[in-house]
Amino acid sequence: MDIKYKNEGYEFIAELSGELDECSAEYVRISLDDLLRQNIKAKKLILDFSNVSFMDSTGIGMLLGRYNKFAKLDINLYIKNPTSYVNRIFEMTGIYQIIPKVC
Amino acid sequence: MENNSFKLEFDAKVENVSFARGVVAMFAAGLKPTLSEVNDLKTAVSEAVTNSIVHGYDGKQGKVLLETKIIDNKIDILVTDFGKGIEDIDMALQPFFTSKAQEEHSGMGFTLMDSFMNYLEVKANPEGGLIVHMQKVIKG
Repeated sequence: MDIKYKNEGYEFIAELSGELDECSAEYVRISLDDLLRQNIKAKKLILDFSNVSFMDSTGIGMLLGRYNKFAKLDINLYIKNPTSYVNRIFEMTGIYQIIPKVC
Repeated sequence: MENNSFKLEFDAKVENVSFARGVVAMFAAGLKPTLSEVNDLKTAVSEAVTNSIVHGYDGKQGKVLLETKIIDNKIDILVTDFGKGIEDIDMALQPFFTSKAQEEHSGMGFTLMDSFMNYLEVKANPEGGLIVHMQKVIKG
């Protein structure tokens, strides 16, 4: 799992790539939570899933945890470009009701 | 395709989750599954093995047994652990039920297994621990 960040002022983009499972989720948690300590100005954090080749329910748990932490700083999370398979898991678990998908 | 089987025992380490799902995906390749069917198998195995490691053993040392069979056009998978098991299996099968909410687990593992496979049975291992039995028909 690898994460690349782009700071576009009003929004922060995290491009995730690789497989998101129990083994890699801890790295993603730590890396994303580090943004909370950086005092970023953006109020939108877009998680780009276009290069996430595999994800199981561990990814859902990780996202719910980030939603709760970032909401305390009024930073809204969004999901972008999931593959059709990852999108199916997002839809089945209802995650879009709290972390919307953006184009 | 001729019937076939394998049996694999590995340490209960999260590093082995991708190994387990990868092995099942490769084994199933002979049935010429679609990409979607491969992903279904990988997710279901990932969920079952993760459950054994994270919940069954809870960070302690242990072994996970993965037994897979090809029976005609069907994949039959048994994931067995010898950990602490689940006290109330019916409750654990409910969507969003988790004993580890504080550790950011979604409680959707069994729901995904049930959705992606044609058959799911979760039962106590008579030797202690849990047995997850799953089957999927591969249409290809």
